Amino acid sequence: MIAPVPITLIVNQERIEAMVPPRLNLADFLRDHLSLTGTHVGCEHGVCGACTVRVNGDIVRSCLMLAIQAENATVETIEGLSDSGEIADLQMAFHQRNALQCGFCTPAMLMAAQDLLLINSEPSRDQIREHLSGNYCRCTGYHAIVDAIESTVRARLERAE
Amino acid sequence: MMPGMEGAGLSSLDRPNSYIGKVVPRPNMARLLEGRGQYVSDVALPRMVHAVFVRSPHAHARIASIDVSVAKAMPGVIAVMAGAELANVVSPWVGVLSHLKGLKSAPQHAIAVDRACWQGEAVAVVLAISRVLAEDAAEHVAVEYEPLPAVINTRTALDPATPVIHPELGDNLAFERKIDAGAVAAAFERSDKIVDVEFVFGRHTGVTLEPRSIVADWNAGDRRMTVYLGNQAPHMVQNIVAKHLDLEESQVRVLCKDVGGSFGLKVHIYADEMAVCGLSKLLRRPVKFVADRVESFNTDIHARDHICRGRIGVSHDGTINVFEIDDLTGVGPYSMYPRTSAVEANQVIILIGGPYTTPNYKGRTRVVFQNKNVMSQYRGVGHPIACSITEGLVDLAAQAIGMDPVEIRRRNLVRDDAYPCDSPTGLKFESLSHHASLDKLVAMMRYGDLRAEQTQLRKEGIYRGIGIASFIEVTNPGAAFYGVGGARISSQDGVAVRLDAAGAVICQTSVTEQGQGSESMTAQIVASAIGVSMEKVRVILGDTDNTPYGGGTWASRGTGIAGEAALQAAKVLRGNILATAAAILQGKPDDFDIIDGMIVDAHGQQRIELNELARIAYFRPDTLPPGFQPELMATRHYVPRQYPFAFTNGVQASWLEVDVITGKVKLLKHWVVEDCGTIINPQLVDEQIRGGVVQGLGAALFEHCIYDESGQLTNANMADYLVPMAAEMPDIEVGHQVSPTLETELGAKGAGEAGAAGAAACVSNAVNDALSPFGVTITEIPLTPKLILTALGRI
Repeated sequence: MIAPVPITLIVNQERIEAMVPPRLNLADFLRDHLSLTGTHVGCEHGVCGACTVRVNGDIVRSCLMLAIQAENATVETIEGLSDSGEIADLQMAFHQRNALQCGFCTPAMLMAAQDLLLINSEPSRDQIREHLSGNYCRCTGYHAIVDAIESTVRARLERAE
Repeated sequence: MMPGMEGAGLSSLDRPNSYIGKVVPRPNMARLLEGRGQYVSDVALPRMVHAVFVRSPHAHARIASIDVSVAKAMPGVIAVMAGAELANVVSPWVGVLSHLKGLKSAPQHAIAVDRACWQGEAVAVVLAISRVLAEDAAEHVAVEYEPLPAVINTRTALDPATPVIHPELGDNLAFERKIDAGAVAAAFERSDKIVDVEFVFGRHTGVTLEPRSIVADWNAGDRRMTVYLGNQAPHMVQNIVAKHLDLEESQVRVLCKDVGGSFGLKVHIYADEMAVCGLSKLLRRPVKFVADRVESFNTDIHARDHICRGRIGVSHDGTINVFEIDDLTGVGPYSMYPRTSAVEANQVIILIGGPYTTPNYKGRTRVVFQNKNVMSQYRGVGHPIACSITEGLVDLAAQAIGMDPVEIRRRNLVRDDAYPCDSPTGLKFESLSHHASLDKLVAMMRYGDLRAEQTQLRKEGIYRGIGIASFIEVTNPGAAFYGVGGARISSQDGVAVRLDAAGAVICQTSVTEQGQGSESMTAQIVASAIGVSMEKVRVILGDTDNTPYGGGTWASRGTGIAGEAALQAAKVLRGNILATAAAILQGKPDDFDIIDGMIVDAHGQQRIELNELARIAYFRPDTLPPGFQPELMATRHYVPRQYPFAFTNGVQASWLEVDVITGKVKLLKHWVVEDCGTIINPQLVDEQIRGGVVQGLGAALFEHCIYDESGQLTNANMADYLVPMAAEMPDIEVGHQVSPTLETELGAKGAGEAGAAGAAACVSNAVNDALSPFGVTITEIPLTPKLILTALGRI
């Protein structure tokens, strides 16, 4: 085992200084070191998408990234997006549409949905489905999730007019 | 009141502001949306250590020696243990039930002793201060194996030349059941056409997004074990943990907080989870285990994996004269404990032909042991197989006599006015709606238009298919499921409701929440029955210390059973509140009503708020009439007694396109009409249906645990084991018929497995419909491109 190394990064607008083992992945760092348990670990090899977080504005699978790679990075998790209110409308739409059941995939699903809406303000149902294909959900069958995102799209477009 | 529910006996719920039949967002969702849920994998306790298991790489091997000395000396390691040592703390079990006659199995240990019987069975465990250090040390546990011949092929498991996995059992046959009803031979004889095919169902698994996780915390001071477990049946777990750790049940508390997907996979207690409980007792400190994804694939229960020969006899007029099946399934080396591994096969054999009038039926099912991971109950339990066989045969019969698939069903489905009636296998149907459901489905999907479109597209070389599947679903099981077989798995549920001192309602229920909406369902019923807003109701569940005793949430039983208990408890509390109101207001209880948290009199005059009533009852009882004691808490239990199960019914349809060049199937649309009786929350029911459908679609097209000939699971990861993704799934339209059960006041039946029951059958039928111009019939799932291209003779 190699000795821990220091890292400095911003997580949810908070400056973090920590000593981490080089092999520690970002998901485990967020969950075990910072107690940000809203980031979930489903497969630990980059397939299920449950650990999706935002790093320097891009969504990434935090199980495929080492914590030390986040040196000087800006990391945002579901806790940060919830506290800032950035996705409050999406969360409300998911709530109203019952677009989650067990909720395990949900934080990451919201991350992926918001990522899509930031790059495409008017996605089709097919484009929504395509963009969510890196995020597995075993409960809903996706239909309600697509509905919730679609209704958020409409609401945001109406607000923008 | 909902359409079609007139006279359904809902008087106490048919009140102003009733939440019954309304779409209300689930109260518990907000925290999950903000990442504030608490799943077991999030639990951290002081002095907690992490367990990592060393697992057999062989399907079958004698464990010659285990050297733990190197691992024990590694950083952070607290203990390393093999099966024999742990067996002193956790006694072995045998997964049999007496009502599944003849079912046999062998003793299974928490960690294998002397012999590993499938690839993935735990042979040792490492405990360390962190998971990563435990994983490091696990790599240094030196296990010497002597490989034994493995029983892999289900078809040859009973051959005399095949080794017997548990010699003391005599053979590899775990369970066999035969049914012979009506006059089968004569029915075949008078049939104009007989279809005889073999159906093959791939082995698949639940793939809950949160892997199985447990924290066991033995408090030596209290002499109590607290088990944090994502599980659907906390009281069952309490019983099993106590029994095999030599504790009283009162010494075990099971806490089920947020659960990241369950689907039946988490209705069981697993050997490694029992090991963790034992280890906590040994080490006198909390022990945590979170399965990694490879472990999940190798140890979470698998399901299906049936090979079934099916025959159907039909007359030219479309009359289905007879069904016959011979089913074979391999369930791994042990029957799962305590629910066993024979239930799926038993469901298959009793459900075949269930929607139809056909009185002649012969069936045999055999359950065999093999050196693969254990199989047991997963969402739908036998229904998807019985439905696929039945509906596959019905479609093939229709094809044989040149009849439309809808028409043959209309001619054979049990009439909607024929109830109550029994099936040839002895199932009791109270009230089903096959014909009304089929009519609604045909209208929803515009069947005629689709057929025209299909014909037109075929001319252009585009091959689309329509598949239809009617089904019945077992819900609301009484004691017939497990209790009569000797398992201490409750079929009754209990609900306690109380008015707190500020006028809010606290409700404790024995069912659990895994996302299907148990909390919402309970709150909707309780709020409606008492006469308060849902915001005033808080539901507590998933805690054996703080809920009434009951079965939990599985087998589509939560709403039908615990919902009725909630209704009856709430009605008693309502009566007690009104009695208290009468005492305060010097009237008779019948003079008052509760509307939106307010006591009103016969003239509709608002008299006193519930919080004021509670204040008087709790803090100024001295002002009440002498001898009057307010009882602001009530508990009721319920279990169905009249019918062993409340059967539901439904019908599904799939519209898809097969690319005959690539063999790929594109799902275009899916429709479901189902009848779960009284609907408490239409949105929650629809989402249960949709989620179940997509699990069935996964089984139909993608999901497959692929073992090689040496018993190695070759695709034990999420990249190679395919589950449905958003882009591949169609929109799913859901409609309802409503035939309430009259056994309860609520009238609700279950809805959790209806989607899974029929989805794969529809897809198989639709693929065969699409490929009918090629004269190709495929009766195997998953329908992979390779399978389809092979059938088409293209590869």
